Amino acid sequence: MKRNNLLNIIAIIVFIAILFILNMTLDAYKLRIFNLAGIYVILGLGLNLVNGFTGLFSLGHAGFMAIGAYTGALLTMSPEMKEMTFFLEPITPILANIQVPFPVALIAAGVIAGAFGALIGAPVLRLKDDYLAIATLGFSEIIRIILTNTQNITNGALGIKGIPGYTNIWWVWGIALITVIFMVLLIKSSYGKVFKAIREDEIAAEAMGVNLFKHKMMSFVIGCALAGIGGALLGSLIGAINPLLFRFLFTFNVLLIVVLGGMGSITGTVLSAVVVTVMIEYLRVLDIDMNLGFIRIPGIPGLRMVVFSLILLMVILFYQRGIMGTNEITWEKIFGLKNRISNLITRRKAS
Amino acid sequence: MVYGILRLINFAHGEVFMFGAYMAFFAMTSFGMPWYVAFIIAILLTCIFGMLLEKAAYRPLRDAPRISIMISAIAASFLIANLGIVVFGGIPVTFPRPDIFNIRIVIGGVSIISKALFIPVITAVVLMILLYIVNHTKTGTAMRAVSKDYEVARLMGIDVNRIITFTFAIGSSLAAVGGIMWALRFPALIPFMGIMPGLKCFIAAVIGGIGNIKGAVLGGLLLGFGEIMIVAFLPELSGYRDAFAFIFLIVILLFKPAGLLGKNIAEKV
Amino acid sequence: MTIFRTENITKKFGGLVAVSNLNINIEKGQIIGLIGPNGAGKTTAFNMITGVYKPTEGNVFFGDEKITGLKPHKITKVGIARTFQNIRLFNELSVLDNVLIANHMRLKSNVFSSVLRTPDYVKKEKVIKEKSINLLKELGLEDVKEEKSFSLPYGKQRRLEIARALATDPQLLLLDEPAAGMNPQESHELMVFIHDIRDKFDLTILLIEHHMKVIMGVCESIYVLDYGVTIAKGTPNEMQNNSKVIEAYLGVE
Repeated sequence: MKRNNLLNIIAIIVFIAILFILNMTLDAYKLRIFNLAGIYVILGLGLNLVNGFTGLFSLGHAGFMAIGAYTGALLTMSPEMKEMTFFLEPITPILANIQVPFPVALIAAGVIAGAFGALIGAPVLRLKDDYLAIATLGFSEIIRIILTNTQNITNGALGIKGIPGYTNIWWVWGIALITVIFMVLLIKSSYGKVFKAIREDEIAAEAMGVNLFKHKMMSFVIGCALAGIGGALLGSLIGAINPLLFRFLFTFNVLLIVVLGGMGSITGTVLSAVVVTVMIEYLRVLDIDMNLGFIRIPGIPGLRMVVFSLILLMVILFYQRGIMGTNEITWEKIFGLKNRISNLITRRKAS
Repeated sequence: MVYGILRLINFAHGEVFMFGAYMAFFAMTSFGMPWYVAFIIAILLTCIFGMLLEKAAYRPLRDAPRISIMISAIAASFLIANLGIVVFGGIPVTFPRPDIFNIRIVIGGVSIISKALFIPVITAVVLMILLYIVNHTKTGTAMRAVSKDYEVARLMGIDVNRIITFTFAIGSSLAAVGGIMWALRFPALIPFMGIMPGLKCFIAAVIGGIGNIKGAVLGGLLLGFGEIMIVAFLPELSGYRDAFAFIFLIVILLFKPAGLLGKNIAEKV
Repeated sequence: MTIFRTENITKKFGGLVAVSNLNINIEKGQIIGLIGPNGAGKTTAFNMITGVYKPTEGNVFFGDEKITGLKPHKITKVGIARTFQNIRLFNELSVLDNVLIANHMRLKSNVFSSVLRTPDYVKKEKVIKEKSINLLKELGLEDVKEEKSFSLPYGKQRRLEIARALATDPQLLLLDEPAAGMNPQESHELMVFIHDIRDKFDLTILLIEHHMKVIMGVCESIYVLDYGVTIAKGTPNEMQNNSKVIEAYLGVE
């Protein structure tokens, strides 16, 4: 136990050092991808808590991200910027003059997304399986439609441009790190066990005195809040948001990360978030023309998404557990692995 | 239009629908077939396509958790839509409307374009055939048995896989018919055209009660009329038109989870 | 002292009356059997008692408290625990976790203190962990505590279900066909086991069973249901000679 704590602290310090080095060495484009990966870590963990650990199949992540992104944007933009952006119809006076520091805006984004989660969760969490999925997807679409139609709050379909770019490697990966730690502790706690119990068998969990509604709600709200924070970070990273950005496609990406990493695995989600984000970026070459000097390979638009859907399909058909299944990488396993390898070596030598 | 024997959301239904419309389009334009031949070929091709889809994406997961099946369906849906972009291109193509659907018919001073007449008539005919198959044939009985409890159905000597494939074949053919009718109404085809109708189909089926054909029709009608009513009587809310379907769905799920005509099935403890 | 009673509880599903006017009366410390042919409404009665179904009519009392129609988790909280006919363990979780989850409701710790691992929470967690391990020890499951529950042999799974129910600190334990699928040797052990836990945990037990031997061996009194109607009640010996009961089981010649 003591050893693990020490190792954890060392790991965190090493991680921060790596961030520092990356921040110095990576060019702006790569840094951006790296940050995007961090945001996907946060989003993926949120969705995994709901889908993987608690077994509630929610497809509404994009909607809550949108809420977070808009909250973050509206709270951090200066009044002048807002006036410039909202040229079709002025923004409501209440929002026009609010400007708060970035961390406050992030917290607000999480809280508001979480509050919407509670609002939506109250009716729909009674539903099960596919019905829950379609209802959350429905709500996510409703949120998007509302965002498109409330011109004086969200600037409608035009979206919001000129969001201050506070997001940097420290914010993104700092929050990602906190999220990981939070998730590890949560899952290890009694509450985490109850979430898993609900996933395994709702009826038995209830017979064991578990208040289903309360715990489902808790998991869902935390997931939504994480989506909100991720959304706010994303808005600040890309600088411009509009309702179209938060289509179901976005939920699909996050879902891909969760499934690929293993439903119910924190380390799996982190790994696959990085892998998938990097792939999303590098596979862009499939969609655009490539010029190799002597030969021009025409890009095929849509091919990238074909690749992704194919990956998801393959994972779910042939390797349902994803990279990690419900397992985690722990210090015990790393040391176990080391021992196993050294055993192997000594045995080789012996023979 | 949709048909839920499997008690599973076929997320890819909208894509099957898109496929049907495109097949009819290519049959008419690239191969210059007369429309009736083209439509029949399109329906047949879509039917085969649906069966292949079932074999590839659903059958291997027959005994897997529900979540896996749904993810598979979502992945298949995205795959087909994006393959559509790759193969058919992302630019909208114009569906040629055969002349017969453009004739103006004047009945008692009211003139209607024939397509407006064709669509409900075709729907009604298809519905009759479907009801006949399900309620009066042996296969239909087997289908209903499978939807009730496929474990037991299997024990009773029903070839569950064959029945499910057959169900998909019918469902896909209907999707093709739907796709073609949609194309007659809105002639611009794009590979993503299936997403919204696909979702709405599903919503209609849930509203009516999954696995209940009359329910699906009722759900579809309510949904369609509801949307038109909103646009007609509350024009300031027309931006929320697409939200209507979802709100309607959620209200139904909360108060009548089994759908309007569905039966409540309590989980056995 | 009556610890538990039902007053004319009735459950109708549409036109079908699954259970009608069931009156059970249990004294503290008793072991009571609920028997009847398949489909007689025994499990439905359990489901009404534990809050899975709401009775169409009638009331359920625990002590002096009316608990009719409470949610299942509330029922568990007042002190009624159950097992299931078709084992419902948390399959992917370890044996120990299965039992720990049953302690969650008595932990009384909010999510913040659990995540932040406040000293108070850590202390409580340690207590329930010790308690759970002791419980497993008493039921002979300690050596498998780290194994996933689905990997246990059938008999141990049944035992774990009972352990998990006991972990909720019940006063009344409902067992739904605990001897299902057991051979004579195992069901004999089960009889001893039921007596044991009753004494050790100061329980009152209501059980549904098909094995007549088990019923005869452990129950002080039994209720016989047929088509939802209570056709007889009394001691096992009386029931053995009751013509109505024999009729229900064997049919009329």
